[in-house]
Amino acid sequence: MAFVTANWNPLGDAFYRKIELYEMGWNLKDGLRDCLVAAAPYGGPIALLKAHNRCSPSARPQLEIFSSSGLPLASFPWKSGVVKQLGWTVSDDLLCVQEDGTVLVYDLLGGFKRHFSMGNEVSQSQVLETKIFHSPYGTGVAILTGALRFTLATNIDDIKLRRLPEVPGLQGAPSCWAVLTQDRQSKVLVANGSHLFVLDNTACTPVTPPGLSPQASSIVHMCVSFSYKYLALLTDSGHVWMGTSNLKFVLLLFSCRCRRPKSQQPSAVVMWDGLLLVVGECKETIQYHLDDDSILVPELDGVRIISGTHHELLQEVPGACEEIFKIASMAPGALLLEAHKEYEAASFGKCFLSNFPPEQFVSMCRDLRVLNAVRDYTVGIPLSHTQFKQMTIQVLIDRLVYRKLYPLAIEVCRYLKTPEYQGVSRVLKYWACYKVCVCVYLFTPLLYSNILYFVLFLQLLFNKVALNLSKLTPYCMPSCMLVYTVVMYLKNELNRGDFFMMLRNQPVALSLYKQFCKHQEQDTLKDLFNQDDDHEELGNFYVKASYKEQRLEARIAHLQSAVDEYYKAKNEFSAKTTEDEMRLLRFQRKLEEEKGEQLVGFSLHDTMTTLLSVGLHKHAEQLYKDFRVPDKRFWWLRLKALAEKEDWEELEKFSKSKKSPIGYLPFVEVCIKHHNKYEARKYVSKVTLEQKVKAHLAVGDVEGAAEAAIERRNESEIGTVLSRCSATTDHLLVERLNRAKATVAKK
Amino acid sequence: MASHLFCGRVNLNILREAARKDLREFLDKCSGSKAIVWDEYLTGPFGLIAQYSLLKEHEVEKMFTLKAGRIPSAAVKNIVFFVRPRLELMDIIAENVASEDKLQPRDVHILFVPRRSLLCEQRLKEKGVLNSFTNIDEYILDLIPYDGDLLSMESESSFRECYLENDQTSLYHAAKGLMNLQALYGTIPQIFGKGECARHVANMMLRMKREFAGSQTQILPVFDTLLLLDRNVDLLTPLATQLTYEGLIDEIFGITNGYVKLPPEKFAQKKQGEGGKELPTEPKKLQLNSAEELYAEIRDKNFNAVGAALSKKAKIISAAFEERHNAKTVGEIKQFVSQLPHMQAARSSLANHTSIAELIKDITTDSWLYFILCNMVRNAHLNMPDVFSQTALLSCVSASEDFFDSLTVEQEFMTGVDTDKVSTYIEDCIAQKDPLIKILRLVCMQSVCNNGLKQKVLDYYKKEILQTYGYKHILTLKNLEKVGLLKPQSTMRNNYPTIRKTLKLWMEDANEQNPNDISYVYSGYAPLSVRLTQVLARPGWRSIEEVLKMLPGPHFEERQQVPTGLHKKRQPGENRTTLVFFLGGVTYAEIAALRFLSNMEDSGTEYIIAATKLINGTSWIKSLMDSPEENLP
Repeated sequence: MAFVTANWNPLGDAFYRKIELYEMGWNLKDGLRDCLVAAAPYGGPIALLKAHNRCSPSARPQLEIFSSSGLPLASFPWKSGVVKQLGWTVSDDLLCVQEDGTVLVYDLLGGFKRHFSMGNEVSQSQVLETKIFHSPYGTGVAILTGALRFTLATNIDDIKLRRLPEVPGLQGAPSCWAVLTQDRQSKVLVANGSHLFVLDNTACTPVTPPGLSPQASSIVHMCVSFSYKYLALLTDSGHVWMGTSNLKFVLLLFSCRCRRPKSQQPSAVVMWDGLLLVVGECKETIQYHLDDDSILVPELDGVRIISGTHHELLQEVPGACEEIFKIASMAPGALLLEAHKEYEAASFGKCFLSNFPPEQFVSMCRDLRVLNAVRDYTVGIPLSHTQFKQMTIQVLIDRLVYRKLYPLAIEVCRYLKTPEYQGVSRVLKYWACYKVCVCVYLFTPLLYSNILYFVLFLQLLFNKVALNLSKLTPYCMPSCMLVYTVVMYLKNELNRGDFFMMLRNQPVALSLYKQFCKHQEQDTLKDLFNQDDDHEELGNFYVKASYKEQRLEARIAHLQSAVDEYYKAKNEFSAKTTEDEMRLLRFQRKLEEEKGEQLVGFSLHDTMTTLLSVGLHKHAEQLYKDFRVPDKRFWWLRLKALAEKEDWEELEKFSKSKKSPIGYLPFVEVCIKHHNKYEARKYVSKVTLEQKVKAHLAVGDVEGAAEAAIERRNESEIGTVLSRCSATTDHLLVERLNRAKATVAKK
Repeated sequence: MASHLFCGRVNLNILREAARKDLREFLDKCSGSKAIVWDEYLTGPFGLIAQYSLLKEHEVEKMFTLKAGRIPSAAVKNIVFFVRPRLELMDIIAENVASEDKLQPRDVHILFVPRRSLLCEQRLKEKGVLNSFTNIDEYILDLIPYDGDLLSMESESSFRECYLENDQTSLYHAAKGLMNLQALYGTIPQIFGKGECARHVANMMLRMKREFAGSQTQILPVFDTLLLLDRNVDLLTPLATQLTYEGLIDEIFGITNGYVKLPPEKFAQKKQGEGGKELPTEPKKLQLNSAEELYAEIRDKNFNAVGAALSKKAKIISAAFEERHNAKTVGEIKQFVSQLPHMQAARSSLANHTSIAELIKDITTDSWLYFILCNMVRNAHLNMPDVFSQTALLSCVSASEDFFDSLTVEQEFMTGVDTDKVSTYIEDCIAQKDPLIKILRLVCMQSVCNNGLKQKVLDYYKKEILQTYGYKHILTLKNLEKVGLLKPQSTMRNNYPTIRKTLKLWMEDANEQNPNDISYVYSGYAPLSVRLTQVLARPGWRSIEEVLKMLPGPHFEERQQVPTGLHKKRQPGENRTTLVFFLGGVTYAEIAALRFLSNMEDSGTEYIIAATKLINGTSWIKSLMDSPEENLP
């Protein structure tokens, strides 16, 4: 702590510091010498490609990608043409611009994504120099061809090639050039000797930076700041010119001897072999010595210096740090720091500030924690707070996702309480895509917890991953919606045969799809059953289908199919029953035609009832025999039909026709139901002893019931009769019953 | 408004409030006046969450039922569809939206309950209306607080879906609901379960828990144990006729979403001097829950004990009214008056339940108590309809005998009498074409109590049913076979007697008036599911390992880590709280039995009950029926 300010260097009013980010984890034999190097901004990955050895073109150089901490992310031999330039896109894709104008796109883990061409003109005249730049529209590529013409694509995801006008008087390669983004347009700034031109779509305009005399000297280097706001020029006379990038204002004119400038904000960093120079507005400088070949990576609020062994950040000390650590600072932060040293409480005094909303404090602590987490050596994304705020949490999460650091990304989302659909869900979506290689749109409507199931499910479907099926299956049936989603997707993707085969191995999906078909696609259902030789279900299907038909022939045809299927399924009962049904339908139709009775659709029972009620006894009789209706039921049927017609005479005759298989209590009860106590009484005597009490009670003969109950010496029956006596009117009877009950109970 | 939710051991109002908050938030998303178009099925469950007043506060001005054609005109800014994710409903919505007035466009929103469905959204897209919706959202309504100790998913067909159609969506929702419950009431440390579905739900819960590992709630666990029970572990109980007061109301009139509709005749207000007043024709709709003091007292009693309870209550109330004669001083009168509203509420509650009891009596049995009761009520000067005419009594005789006979047969089956032969009673019932569901309940019961029927017996029943009720029911019979309610006897021994004896499912001397065992809820039969629950609490399932193996599906125990510091320190004598979740539905009698266990002095456990749906034998069998004619245009 005490040495926080030790590496601070004053420059005008501000301080600059150079801090070490990482000791690089890579092990480079020759450092960065003779390498094409590209480092992505915002602490992004670093790509390295050994320069082509012109002498032995057959030797294949290795393309290597590292994290900012030097951990290898990918490495593969370069097999394509000669690479002129490496660069990174805003979404962490690596661009390799080849001599012939072809641009190859790789993801950060070295996976080839696609390639595109910068046009015929470029491929014919070859690439001389190229620059990759970022603009609000995405990542662009600018190429200077062998014909000394510039070709520009502003957004590589939506390539529109623009050929810029010729630069007058250009004989050889220009001494230096840069791409600017101004007024929503990408322009090229070219220096040819001491002449400076701005190239836009239509014209080539010569410009003169104010304060820099055109005769002075030729411009050897130029650099645009990260924000495109400032421009730095270096002349062969050793002057550094700094100004706004529209060349209207000059900020500084300084003379020195140097070679490679990188400029940023109102200060510029100039580097040459062993020396690094920070030039400020105030005409002061800071010098650093560099031991090794290094490259500079401009950032929003500083410059990263990457050498073969170290990764450092050179930046203006942020205001907040300055306030806290500046010697003799009395700012609140500094006082708090003192307090912290004294009392070792991290959020000292916060609880006394009742009027101060704690949100800021909390969110800052959270941010810092996240920054520390991603700066970790194993992750290797060194971000300053300013950069983090500029890039937004969304982008940071994307970056983690590109690196396939899904768990960390999820942790960060949860920790920062990012809304689910922007955070956890989105990460899981990408994870899912990665896992099953399905395009992302499929996942869009799903909530995040579902995605997990979904992925497992898809894995099963595609057998992409060798998984223990039995272990997973229980988790893969979360909701029909998910399964439907997959099934519907696959239904469109696969041909029908494959689709069915796939379903076959997925019982849950299959049963759900069947449900769906039951409501939506009846015919598909049939095909499914057919494929599985599920004759039982096919039979059921035809039975259902038969009920949808209005025409009798069609109905019977369906039923016949059902019968066939049931036989195939060895379900004799169903087959026979369905045959019975067909038989009944035919019989009903025949009778309808002959007698004009509405019968079709009635059950056998109802058909017989109808026949009996209209007096077609013979036909009823025939059905009774044909369908082997049990005697008992047929008696019931006739009994009820006759009572319904109130044909009491016929009923009596019927009761005497032979011994009733259902006994005679039903006769009593049916008569009572039709309010004919008189008829009912006729049958009471024929009722068996066990049912006598019931029969007597049914006709309202309490005394008879009492008699029977006492005779049978049955306690519960006596009780029943008792409950039906009224205490006032049947006084004597009650006494008798109670006596009998007592006697029975004694035994 | 939701006082019934406060009275239990666990304050289920928290859950209701959470659900209401979500609803308010959604309604406020659609700013301005609005009309709700309801999927009719949802109105019942929503009624348990929010009354119209809540909707009105959030500018809901009109409510319509979802049907084809145009939405009735209403001068509102928003149209909001509340629907289940069903494809057929999407077609109707598409039609509604398409016929909206193009000149006066209104904002259209859709709220899926309980979950969004891509399939539905795709259907809307196909119909070209998906872009017309300003908001497409989901309202997660998994477990709905039903009463102080009762949660229901109100998912009608979950048993059918799980066991017949192999669609386990409702189990997913159950697991989600349990996660939500744990978020509000703390992690449940112990999970027990029996059955395939139970295993499945537990697996999903454990998995979800792992997923949400980061966001663990710091809430002291309210529940000690969760018991998940598959309905198919105990197929017998719902088939039996429930004999508690509430159970009988459900059996006879059907309770839907906490409301019962009753025939209006007995509730006619008779005012003196207005003899010939017209009888109301609209059914009387009553809400039944524990907010009503009297109902809470008698709902779980065996019906044979309800009469006594009602008459006792009548005495108390009439005594309370008599108090007015003793009120001499102004102070006493004032006190009396202040109690009046409460007494009047109690009096009207008593009148209602006496009427319901009468209605039930008509159908069940008659007894002395009934007459005594009625005399009591009359003495209490209550507005009681006079229904004791001779004719009314006569007409109910046959109905009550039917009920009694059917009950006798049920009890014979449950005690294992003649379960292997064709039952004459069932035969007669078929011959008289009694309601099909009654027949199916009895046949299924016989099959379950005999661990399957002899092939000959089974085929005979099937043939009889098909000939009498129509061949189309072959599909229903197949469904019943698929879920195991009907089955041919396998070579295995009938293990039902062993189960019955080990678990003491039949108690010969069930005491209906002052019960000492859960068997009182079925006048002798102790519901298997509740016995399993009882044994689990004491002495533990290890003692019945053999029987558990005979019942279908695995049994298991899981433990969930509770963060340190949240371990419950139980006071001596403090009861444990167990959540019993019935996957596939629960009957009121089972609930009554569990409440009985909670109230037992030495039980040591209090039960909260959750279920996919409140069912009875009739509604259950109905959900399994397949009648193809329904599909006819």
